[in-house]
Parts: sequence; C-alpha cells; structure tokens
Amino acid sequence: MTFLLRRAVFYLVTLWAAITANFLLPRLLPGDPVQAMITKLGGRLNSDAMASLYILFGLDDNKSIWQQYVDYWGSLLQGDLGLSFTFFPTPVADVLSQSLPWTLGLVGVTTVIAFVLGTLLGVYAGWKRGSWMDNLIPMTTFLSSIPYFWLGLIAISLFSVTWPLFPASGGYAPGLVPEFSGEFIGSVLEHAVLPGITIVISSVAGWILGMRNMMVTVTAEDYVLVARAKGLTQKRIMFAYAARNAVLPSISGFALSLGFIVGGALLVEMVFSYPGLGYVLFQGIGAKDYPLMQGVFLVITLAVLVANLLADIGYLLLDPRTRREG
Amino acid sequence: MNFKTKLGLGILAFFTLIAVIGSWIAPYDPSAMSDDLLSPPSGSHWFGTTMTGQDIFSQVLVGTRGVMVVGLVCGVLATLLSILVGVTSGFLGGAADEALSMLANVFLVIPALPLIIIVASMLPSADTVLIAAVISLTAWAWGARVLRAQTMSLRRRDFVEAARASGESTWRIIVFEVLPNLMAVIASGFVGTVIFAVMLQITLSFVGVISLSTWNWGTILFWAQSNQALGLGAWWWFVPAGLCIALLGTALALINFGIDEYANPRLRKVRA
Amino acid sequence: MNTVPDFEAALEAKGLVKTYKRVRAVQDVSIVLRRGRVTALVGESGSGKSTVAKLLARLVEPTSGEILLDGEKVRRVREYRRKVQMVFQDPFASLNPVHTIRYHLTRPLKIHKRSETVEELLERVNLPADFAGRYPHELSGGQRQRVAIARALAAHPEVLLADEPVSMLDVSIRLGVLNLLLDLKERLKLAVLYITHDIASARYFADETFVMYGGQIVEGGDSETVTQRPAHPYTQLLIESAPDPERSVMALDAPPEEVTQVSTGCQFAPRCPKVQSRCWTEAPPRTDVDSYGHWAACWLYVEAAA
Ligand SMILES: Nc1ncnc2c1ncn2[C@@H]1O[C@H](COP(=O)(O)OP(=O)(O)O)[C@@H](O)[C@H]1O
Ligand code: SF4
Ligand SMILES: [Mg+2]
Repeated sequence: MTFLLRRAVFYLVTLWAAITANFLLPRLLPGDPVQAMITKLGGRLNSDAMASLYILFGLDDNKSIWQQYVDYWGSLLQGDLGLSFTFFPTPVADVLSQSLPWTLGLVGVTTVIAFVLGTLLGVYAGWKRGSWMDNLIPMTTFLSSIPYFWLGLIAISLFSVTWPLFPASGGYAPGLVPEFSGEFIGSVLEHAVLPGITIVISSVAGWILGMRNMMVTVTAEDYVLVARAKGLTQKRIMFAYAARNAVLPSISGFALSLGFIVGGALLVEMVFSYPGLGYVLFQGIGAKDYPLMQGVFLVITLAVLVANLLADIGYLLLDPRTRREG
Repeated sequence: MNFKTKLGLGILAFFTLIAVIGSWIAPYDPSAMSDDLLSPPSGSHWFGTTMTGQDIFSQVLVGTRGVMVVGLVCGVLATLLSILVGVTSGFLGGAADEALSMLANVFLVIPALPLIIIVASMLPSADTVLIAAVISLTAWAWGARVLRAQTMSLRRRDFVEAARASGESTWRIIVFEVLPNLMAVIASGFVGTVIFAVMLQITLSFVGVISLSTWNWGTILFWAQSNQALGLGAWWWFVPAGLCIALLGTALALINFGIDEYANPRLRKVRA
Repeated sequence: MNTVPDFEAALEAKGLVKTYKRVRAVQDVSIVLRRGRVTALVGESGSGKSTVAKLLARLVEPTSGEILLDGEKVRRVREYRRKVQMVFQDPFASLNPVHTIRYHLTRPLKIHKRSETVEELLERVNLPADFAGRYPHELSGGQRQRVAIARALAAHPEVLLADEPVSMLDVSIRLGVLNLLLDLKERLKLAVLYITHDIASARYFADETFVMYGGQIVEGGDSETVTQRPAHPYTQLLIESAPDPERSVMALDAPPEEVTQVSTGCQFAPRCPKVQSRCWTEAPPRTDVDSYGHWAACWLYVEAAA
C-alpha cells in the first residue's frame, strides 16, 4: 500500500509540474503570439472567451504573477482550456474530447500488443541464447532506429499508393456517420491497420531487447539454476521462474518510457491524418494555436500518468512483496 | 571489439566525415531550383530532384552537419547534466537523493515531444544550438537514473571505503574513484542521448516547428510531406533521408551494444 | 610472559554502540590497542567485527561511545587517519580496478605529506618495485593484500586495523601475509587489531584476544589463556569446532541472522548449552576468571566467584 501511495504522490507532483510548466512557458518565452491572434480575430471573440485566454496566457499585466497562477488553476479546474484558433470558435476542451478516444484506442491497443509481443519474443530470445531468434536482434535494432513517422510514410507509399490495400488517411471513410454499425466499425478497423502496424513495428524492438537482456541476467541467478537442478520442465522454468522475475523491470521500464512511445505514436497520427490528438497537435502547430497545443500536452500527460498507475498496479499484482519504489 | 561494434564505428565515422566535408562535395546548392522538376534518380541527380528541381543528394549531404552537431551538443550537455544529478544523488543518498531522483523521474514521465513542440514553436528564432539546448533539458533524465543506480552500488564498495580511510576528500572520491568506474555507463548513456537527440531534432523539423532555413534530414522530409511526395509517387524524395537516419541510429545502437557487452560480460554471445 | 601495562595504549574505545535501524550491530564495546602488540577480535560472521573496525577507523559514526587516540579525542578526521589505518578483508574489492598500484600508493603519500617513494613502500611489503605500473587485476590475491598493507603503511600510522586480512586468500599464502604483519608490528611498533573468525590463528598471531558474540565482547585476555582455557561457553564452542569454526558453529541451532536479539539478559542464551534461568533476564557482568586479566561475561563465573 505504501508503494501505491508513494507513486500516487509522485504522479500528483508530476501533474503539478506539467501544469506549472504550461503556465510559465508563455509567460517566460518572448513574443506574444496569442495577443497577435486575438487582435486578428478582433470582434469575433466574445468577452468570456477573451477573458479565459487572458487568464491562460497571462496577458493581463496588471495582475501579480501569483494572482495569475490562482486564476489559471481556477480556469483549469472548470475544464476551461480556452478557445482553439484552428477550429474557431470551438473550445479546446471540446476538440480534445472528440480526438482523445481515437488516440486512446489506437495507441492503447498497439502499445499493449507491442509490449506483450515484444516481451514474449524477448523471453524466447533470452532463453535460447544463440538461436535464430537471438540472431534477429541486430535486425530489430535497425527497425527501432527508424523514426516512427518515416516508417509510416513508407507504409503509405507501399500499401496505399503502390498497392492500394488500405486507406492512407483518416479514421474512417469520408461520408460515414460515426455510429454503432457494422459498416462504420469495419471502416474504423480498416483505417487503423496501417498506423497500428507502424506503431507496433517501431516499438516492439525495444521490448524484445530489454526483455532478452533481463532474461540473460536472470537465467544465471541461483533460483533458476536450482529450478533446473530440480528437473522442472524447461517451459515451466522459463515462464514461472525466469520470465516472471525478468518481466518486473520491464514493466517499470514500460511505465517510464510510455511518454516517449506516446510521442512516437502522435507522429504516426500526424502522418496518417488520424483523427486523434497527434493530428490535432499537428494542425495546431501550423496555426500557432497555443491554447490547442497546450491542451493536447496536458491531456497526454494526464493519460500517461494514468497508464503509469495501471502499470504500477500490474507490477504489484506480479510481485506482491514490492514495497520499494520501482 | 567484435564485428558489430566495428561496423557501428565505421558508419559513424562515415557520417562524421560527411558532416565535415558535406557542403564542399555537394554537387549543387541544396536550395537552388532547376528545370529538372521531380525527376527520379539519374546520373546528374543521384537521389533525384524535388518539385522545384532542387538536388536531393546535395540536400542530404549538406543536411548531415545539422544532424550531427545537434547530436553531439545534446549528447555532451545532457550527459554532463545526468552525471551531475545522477552521481550526486547516488553518492549522497538521503533527502538530496529523494529530491533529485524525483526530479529525474518527473522529466522521464512527462511526454517530451509535445512539450518540446510547444517550446520550439514559441521560440522566436529556433536555431540549431538553441534547439539542441532545449532537447538536452529533456534528454538527461534517463542517464541520470541509470548513473544513480550504479553509483549507489559503487558507494558501498570497499575501494571507496578504503579511499576514505586513506584520507581522500569526498569530491576526490567522486571524481577519481567513482567516476572512472562509471565510464562504460556514461559512454552508453552518451550514445543513447545522441540517438534520442537526433531523432527528436529530425522529428521537430519534420513537423515544421524548427526553422526551415537550414538543411537537415528532417527538413527534407518536411518538404517531401508538404508537397505530397507520397501521392506523386516520388519515393526518392523521402527514402534517402529516412535511410540515413536509420543507418545512423543503427550504428549508434551497435556501438552501445559493444559498450554494454564490454561492461556486462553476461550479455556476450555464447560461443559454440 | 609480558603483562599488559608494559605497553603504551595507542587507541582506546569506550562503550561503543552502533545501531542500524533495528539491528544492534555493536553494543557497548570497549577495547584498548597497545603499541607493539597484536589484539585479536574473534567471532563468527555477523557478530559485528567489521563494524567495530569501521568505527575505530571512523568510517562509521558511532551511535554512542568515544574513541581516544593517545589519550585524546581527535577532532580533525584527516589527522586521525594519519595515525589510524585499515586493511580490508577482500583484496579483490579494496583496490580500485581502474587505477594502477602506483596511484594507490602515491595518494596516501601525498595526502599525508610523506617523503617515501612508492618503490620503498613496495619493498616493505616484499613486492618487486616493477609492480608499481600494474593494475590490480594483474596481481594475485596475496599480492593485492600486500599492496593494501603498503597503502596503509604509507601514512606512517600508529594503529593498523586489519579486518580478516587473510580470510579471502589461499591457505598456502596466509602465513606469509600474517608473518609480514608480525614483522611490521615489531619494526614499526604498530598497534594492530587483527580481526578473524579463526580462533586458532589468534593464538598463533595475537598477544591478546577478545571474543565477540552478537555485537558484544564476551571474553578477553591473554591469547594463550583464552585459547587454551576458554571460559565463556561460546568461546569453548568455537574452540571445539575448530579448524572450521564457521561451518560447525553455524550448524548449531538457528543461523546467527535469525537469532532474535535478546533484549535483556545474555545474548548467547538461545544457543548456550549451559543456560540458566537468570541468563534470560539479567545481562552477565564482566567477571575475572583468573589472573592476568582474563575475564568473561557469563553468569557461570559470577557463581564461582561468589
Ligand atoms: N551498513 C549496514 N546497514 C545495516 N546493517 C548493517 C550494516 N553493516 C553491518 N550491518 C549489520 O550489523 C551486523 C554486524 O555486521 P558486521 O560488522 O559486518 O559483522 P562481521 O564483520 O562480524 O561479519 C550484521 O547483522 C549486519 O547485517
Ligand atoms: S550467561 Fe548464561 S547463557 Fe550466557 S553464556 Fe553464560 S551460561 Fe550461557
Ligand atoms: Mg566482516
């Protein structure tokens, strides 16, 4: 229990740090792009929206920085992230709530697939040192050195342009209305194939390698040697003894590298114009839409922290003795 | 040194050379337009041309320098930061350690890419060195974490105690007794950081938040993407830059394996 | 036989206590090291011997108790280290693998401003001068331990703390290293603390012997007397189980780590073959067993004296 409590405190601190960074950045860095945007939009902003942008970006010079910080938290806690310039006049919160499910679906599913697949392959490669599987390791290094987005470009060029097997962009076929129907779901799955495979291929190599090295270390430990001496079956030792102990660091590694993986996945969304947060962020960049970009950052951070908490619980379930920090 | 490590070092040396001489040996000005619009690779344009007739081979050659400079600067800056934080917190322990490792973990968990995109797009002039500095700020935490763990295990070793018993001061023990034993870890952290920085810089160029006035492999991909090179079937526009990235990344990863295997003999391949 | 007071006290510890979280590693240890004498501290592993050595070397702060060097408390640590040096148990761990032998020996010479050369130091421990350029991994265990001794000597100490200096070495070379220590003790009039789990070697090597159990010293006196006529039941057990004291003592009842510390009374009670009812409740005081300062902390001798 103390373990989870410690972690919870850590996540709260992290969330606080992310929000505070969001608060400080537009105030620290030179230039007033938001002010410029507001001027450009002129009379089209109503006074409420104007007020919330002033609070979020510290445009009201008369207030002390502390007062600004309090107001900022007040806005956030009401779920007010300002108006998006790109999707004017939609509030940022609305844009995000539309795109978040797409990202959670795509990135969540593919990350879990890559983790499970990579871990299993890694267990095998580490157990059978020197086998053909183990010799594939340099290959996977090459794969993991390819940027996510470039792999996405290649996938589009091969499987959408040269051989038009799968759609190159979007989350579902244009003209369809999002609803709970076979046709719509089928279209969603079809559109998810290429981005999904891209994410799995570029992230799986890291898990294989990490797990393989842990297996190599663990199989030399005493309890594995003892289990071998006791004559337990190979498969049983491999999973019940070696893999179980090797997977624990892998899970804490998973939690820590999640932020990194999500970054890559966002890029894949950009390449495939997939209607998730990554694509929204991409559109925001072009328009210098700071309310939108900062909103995306906050939501992604929150999602990563929740995923971390889930990984912690998984860790606890596999190793009930844990009381230390991972 | 095994074959894999040598291969890695060879590729790295090759790209380093290109970074130095690339802009002299480039056959064309990478930004100059010509009448050969969107032509596939040929004798006069080895990697083909862009929509406006720019020579892609020259762009790749000239762009290598930006990539390598950012990698090197970030590698050095972030490694220094990680040594400072990781070794200090591992050696001192106690409250300082709690605070510093919490700091490192916060930096690790926060998704760096969207944060950097925001920072880079807010900077009035996002030139190469500034971007390198910003990337370093997000790249040190992993190394610090690894170094902290290693330092903690070294701190209680007898040779550290023996140095103290000889009368050595704390800072001398950290710098001359502990640090030299961390060289393999530091080297592998450095290489890892370079990979991370190179990828991040290319990514930032690709999404268009870094100034497009200087060439790097990411800018080539940015122009390819924004001009629909895919839809036009102009594979030569994005394949060379991507392959260079993957090659450089693989080379660095191979070097890192070499360092890991040197430091942890268990990982060496069993010889039949 | 020399009587104790002839030798001047160099290092004196009074009532040392060291507690780690809940483990009482050292409880109320008092010990005197005298110039030109070897004092042995004997006990099984986990009894707190290394902690005593580290306390005396001031590598670890005592929870309570005081240490006097030549009758005074020394405030400045560097001054203290000039006079008190330590040799560690494991010569494979106590030399830094990245530094040459020359580096290991030059440092203390520099720190303590001694004018000797590295070659002279090597000669003192009977190693050839060309070892200076080598790295620790190029040396055998015995050679490394000699280097560690040379490093300790570089400061010109008065006191040498040797924590199981030969237990990690091959049996065949142990005697050579021990004789080197004896020789240095004679020539340099060193006060030597010799820590060991092998009580037989204490008899051969030390003038005085203290036996440690569960963080306390349970018996002390002239080495000959303590080893020939052990008084404390624990010492008797140690002698009986020689030559391999570790294994046989461990085989008794529970292993030492799991022996719950007795909060009041004798620490050895759970394993003592002669345990009486009051052993559980009252701590036995130091009691003289016979002449020559031979004493034990055991109720058996309080009875005898009464
Ligand atoms: N740094 C430490 N932290 C916690 N416990 C320790 C530490 N050092 C020693 N101990 C404990 O103190 C006891 C005595 O250890 P030690 O002095 O090393 O014994 P010995 O040298 O006789 O084998 C043991 O129970 C050991 O676990
Ligand atoms: S005091 Fe009692 S328990 Fe302790 S050693 Fe003596 S007889 Fe044994
Ligand atoms: Mg010991």
